[in-house]
This record gives sequence, structure tokens and C-alpha cells, in this order.
Amino acid sequence: MSSTFETVSKIISETCDIPLEKITPESHAIDDLGIDSLDFLDIAFAIDKAFGIKLPLEKWTQEVNEGKAKTEDYFVLGALCAKIDELVAAKGAA
Amino acid sequence: MRLEYFQMITRVISFDAEAKTLTAAADVPAESPVFEGHFPGYPLLPGVLMIEAMAQTSGWLILGLNGLTAMPFLTGANSAKMRDFVPPSTPLQVHAHLIGDGSGYAVTKAHITREGKKVAEAEIRFAVKTFPDPKFAQMIREWGERLEFPFEKLAAA
Repeated sequence: MSSTFETVSKIISETCDIPLEKITPESHAIDDLGIDSLDFLDIAFAIDKAFGIKLPLEKWTQEVNEGKAKTEDYFVLGALCAKIDELVAAKGAA
Repeated sequence: MRLEYFQMITRVISFDAEAKTLTAAADVPAESPVFEGHFPGYPLLPGVLMIEAMAQTSGWLILGLNGLTAMPFLTGANSAKMRDFVPPSTPLQVHAHLIGDGSGYAVTKAHITREGKKVAEAEIRFAVKTFPDPKFAQMIREWGERLEFPFEKLAAA
């Protein structure tokens, strides 16, 4: 079974045409990989489908805009994968 | 259809919130300035307007499912195919089915039929955003009334 990071990096690579070797757990989706909001919607669709969850992108964006969180809390891939694991676990517990 | 105003849907035929589908009529007009250029002496409905018709039908589906609380804006069309020519005075049906939605996005599969035969298809993607202002939301509701959108079937937001 693929790890969360392997699945997410493959989705990003295929969606945004970014070489897989450039994508690391430390990569910032926006600052390092240059992913824009439009591409991120496509990535969210693929992640939602792959993991059976709904990434709360609007809530995260609002928190960043209001200064309650930093972009790296959600958009550095290691942190994003941790959030995905939390959502998957919460879904399993529901 | 009022092609020059980008109003592609004639009326909503059916909306099923549970099945997440919507079907609309799109009657291609006999005359339009669009046909004077596309093409002189051989008028055909442009393929991009077929995509727009599928996008608008999908848009009404998304609006129906979110209870007219947020506006879908077209962001992409994948695997679009135009399978046949569509001349003036052609009655079309446009079908949309929601295949995915999440925080701030929605994805549909849509196709157009003429007398039951598929003439175009696409997977269509949307960013779904809060209405820019209440007037915009009201304008959409009034537009829906003109299209005979079945507001009594609106899904709870």
C-alpha cells in the first residue's frame, strides 16, 4: 500500500506536470512548487477521491487570511499529508 | 438559446437532487450573428458554445444542489468531444451529472443529445465561490425563474 505522501506526490506530479523527484515532504506547494489556486482545486478533487475525504480548503484559506494559521501549516506537503491522515482517521472513527 | 448573449439554456427540463442530475433544453436559433461568421454559407453551432451550454447546465445543477448559496465559475473542461455538426434550428438536450464536489470546487460530466444521439460531451470543473454581492444572487434567481428552474426541489444548503 502506498504511503499518504507517495499518493499525494503522484497526484501533484500528474496534475501539475511536476517531476516526482522535485516533490519532497518539505516542499511548499505554493512557494516551492508554484502550484496556484486553480491547480490546487484539481489536486483537492484527486485527493478527496483517493482518500474518501473532503479537504476543508476554504476553512484553511480563511484561517490563513485571518492570520490564525500560516500557509506552511497546510501547504507544506508533510503537514498536508498529516492533515489528510487526520481526516482519514476521523472518517474511520465516525 | 440567445447565442450573442451567451444564454445557452432555453429551460430546465428536470432536476434530481438525489441523483445529482439536471437536464436542460437548448434550442439552437434559426438565426444569429454567430452563424454569419461560423461559417458564411455553412452555419454551424461553434464547439466552444456547446462546451458553454454544458457548463451552464452543470452550473444550474450545482446551484440546485447547494440551494443557490454559492456560484460556480468555470475553471476547466477535460476530455471535450464534439461528435457531430449542429446546424441552426436544432432542438438539443443538455445533461449534467455531478461526479465530485468538495470545499470550493465541483466537477460534472455533461453531454448534449439531439433526438437521443450524443453530439458532444465533456468533464467540466468549477470553482464554487460565495456570491460577490446579493444583487448577483438575486439576478441568478430571476434567471432561474425565466428558465423554469424547479425551485421547490432545491436541495437544502
